[in-house]
Amino acid sequence: MAGRLMALWDWFDSRMPSVAEEFRKHMAEYYAPKNFNFWYFFGALSILLLAIQIVSGIFLTMNYKPDANLAFGSVEYIMRDVPGGWLIRYIHSTGASAFFAVIYLHMFRGLLYGSYKQPRELIWIFGMLIYLTLMAEAFLGYLLPWGQMSYWGAQVIVNLFATIPFIGPDLALWIRGDYVVGDATLNRFFALHVIAVPLALLGLVAAHILALHDVGSNNPDGIEIKKKKGPDGHPLDGIPFHPYYTVKDIAGAVIFMMLFCAILFFVPEVGGYFLEYNNFVPADPLKTPAHIAPLWYFTPFYSILRAVPPLFNSQFPGVALFGLSTMILFLLPWLDRSPVKSIRYRGPLFKSAVAIFVVTFLVLGYLGTEPVTVWGQFGSWLGYVDVATVAARIFTLLYFAFFFLMPWYTAIDKCKPEPDRVTM
Amino acid sequence: MSEKKIDNTRRNLIVATTAVAGVAGTGVAIPFAWSWWPSERAKAAGGPVEADISALAPGELQVVEWRGKPVWIMRRTKEMLEGVRKSDDKVTDPKSEVAAQPDYAKNENRSIKPEFLVLVGICSHLGCSPQQKSSDEKGEMGADWAGGFLCACHGSKFDLAGRVYKGAPAPINLEVPPHTYLSDTRLLIGEDKKGA
Amino acid sequence: MKSMLLALLFVPLAGAFSAHASEAGYRLDRAPIDPRDLLSLQSGARTFVNYCLNCHSAQYMRYNRLTELGLTESQIRDNLILTDAKVGDTMKVALTLKDGKAMFGAAPPDLSVIGRSRSADWLYTYLRTFYRDPKSPTGWNNAAFPQAAMPHALWSLQGERALEVVAGKNHGPAEYQWSQISAGTQNTVQYDTTVRDLVNFLVYIGEPAANDRKRLGIVVLFALLILFVFAYLLKKEYWKDVK
Repeated sequence: MAGRLMALWDWFDSRMPSVAEEFRKHMAEYYAPKNFNFWYFFGALSILLLAIQIVSGIFLTMNYKPDANLAFGSVEYIMRDVPGGWLIRYIHSTGASAFFAVIYLHMFRGLLYGSYKQPRELIWIFGMLIYLTLMAEAFLGYLLPWGQMSYWGAQVIVNLFATIPFIGPDLALWIRGDYVVGDATLNRFFALHVIAVPLALLGLVAAHILALHDVGSNNPDGIEIKKKKGPDGHPLDGIPFHPYYTVKDIAGAVIFMMLFCAILFFVPEVGGYFLEYNNFVPADPLKTPAHIAPLWYFTPFYSILRAVPPLFNSQFPGVALFGLSTMILFLLPWLDRSPVKSIRYRGPLFKSAVAIFVVTFLVLGYLGTEPVTVWGQFGSWLGYVDVATVAARIFTLLYFAFFFLMPWYTAIDKCKPEPDRVTM
Repeated sequence: MSEKKIDNTRRNLIVATTAVAGVAGTGVAIPFAWSWWPSERAKAAGGPVEADISALAPGELQVVEWRGKPVWIMRRTKEMLEGVRKSDDKVTDPKSEVAAQPDYAKNENRSIKPEFLVLVGICSHLGCSPQQKSSDEKGEMGADWAGGFLCACHGSKFDLAGRVYKGAPAPINLEVPPHTYLSDTRLLIGEDKKGA
Repeated sequence: MKSMLLALLFVPLAGAFSAHASEAGYRLDRAPIDPRDLLSLQSGARTFVNYCLNCHSAQYMRYNRLTELGLTESQIRDNLILTDAKVGDTMKVALTLKDGKAMFGAAPPDLSVIGRSRSADWLYTYLRTFYRDPKSPTGWNNAAFPQAAMPHALWSLQGERALEVVAGKNHGPAEYQWSQISAGTQNTVQYDTTVRDLVNFLVYIGEPAANDRKRLGIVVLFALLILFVFAYLLKKEYWKDVK
């Protein structure tokens, strides 16, 4: 029996590129630094979430109807009439938010340990492309339930394109396929969300990992383990990804799944942050809700968009800054002039900058979930302007300062000497 | 290849973890596979249908839709019931041995009340819906035709109890659906007598 | 530092879970509903079909799902289906949205998921704060939802009430002074119970799978815990090698 199986395997193996060789190259003999910590779980968790979203998404597509008259009802059909449908729906809605939480933590790791710095700039670029594609995927997907927030969120964002000088209104019309967001928009967003963008995501993730494996992983100490190789040719501070990190990532994945399931089964709405209350009202093109806010993972950038007042009689500067706030992340490998990669060996300027950036991101994020009146108004001495708007403007400046001033403060920062070997 | 001895602790842990993970994985797969069973909407649409037979004249056929299929309700006359007896030796399964009907229709007339025939109007060959051919149509159906149904697709013939004629491509008698009388004028198709 | 950052994440969440005010600023009462109280849900179902299901539909809720509340199909058919609908049908009504809008100024919305979009507290407060207002088209107004197009469907139970809003002293909150004009068939305690049961029912039809969800959640978390024990031991076993 075993002989027959081996013969079958040999038949296959002699006609296909070697699977075993790929496994060796990318898993069993991919030497990763041995000092990975908590921050290093999030890459693998992202892949897990991509798989979760694809599988749950496929099953949702089996019962969802991408028609403006039927969409909302089909989601309720899934929640009530399809056996186990509610579970599949909640997996997908929880998964979407979880994906962004994990991605933000994954990106933050890059920031902490300088994983975007030379020679890993391309990994960072592919990662940024994945991030943008993921944002597009989330935006497209959010229209599908056809609730009030779905509809008006799409309406607002597509109208942002209309602010682009000269081509704006036509561009918005072309994107929508109609004068307002409607059935045509829903159908094309469905096609993009279900097939086009997931394929793009898969390709980008493959590119991201291939680029990583070519150079080798960074680590919390920011030193290159390939500089110190042993007699067998492998990095002294490296361990094969399989079995060490497969086994560690499995344990990490189980913890993550516990958190994921705790949310899914007990608080799937998360107080309206993961499933917005207003989205349980069917889309009404004639009635804008009092309070439109994007999902939490877009709110930091939304805050920036809202904070910028009309300039030169146009909303476009606000839109441009909104776009810049994500795009500027691409430049990180070149803005950062530090000779040292990891925050562990950086000086006080960078550490403070990162701390301020984190607070900025969180505050902007929070403000984006609330109406501008949430913190009241200043008195007449400031023209009764909303406190939250002033705060958002200050934090927007801090946000951009983190990037624009980076070439200066990373260059002059007093760094500490990096160790020779990794520290566990 | 390797000089290391087999590490039993490691092997046992791998096996144990894989086993638990396998159970968990099956647990995850179940709701997805489960979602393929008919939904509540499909089940409701497939629910029993009530038919009002008060206006059905003797010899007439009424068609009612149940689960997307035509169900025939025919009020048989005395001649028609005699016609059923006459075709006893011409049909493949005169005693309805094959289970194409509920137990209460496993009789010589294949019905609860002899007067009313209830059949699913779908040929047991490949699914076309046969047409009614009365005993007058002897020219087309033959001199000893006592009435019944002809399926135009491949020529299967059925008598006035829905039993298939010998030599027909259809293998078994027409299906009698579960049904029950709510009253003399109301027939419920799709459900057996209450108690279920 | 890390835990501080993580803690910061929960600040906005804490705000989201507390009771809030309606858009009018009227403070919402906590709805004392128990989703596991089947008798309350049955009572709510009865109130719903008798008082709400003529103008409002609940088009995503199937009648036969109410067997979850401990009713049999014939009980549902005899007591809760007031039209010629079959027990497997959904709770639709004859009043179309278009006609409803023409009659009331705003179409009576479908109530299938109103428990999710409005919250139990809001519904509980709304259904108990109608008052007589000669200036409104229906003769009714509502403290939690001013200028609501809906008349007080439950007025025969609660009776008619009047509301006087007194401006707050020293820029404090306004005072709401309620008075009873005519009595209904239920006193305050009975009416509050009726509304509580109705809101319980509305929350239930918003997500009928809620109880299943929570029960399954306990099983799943327990299973994951066991899986984690093995996964962790496996990790520890392999990582003994790494120094």
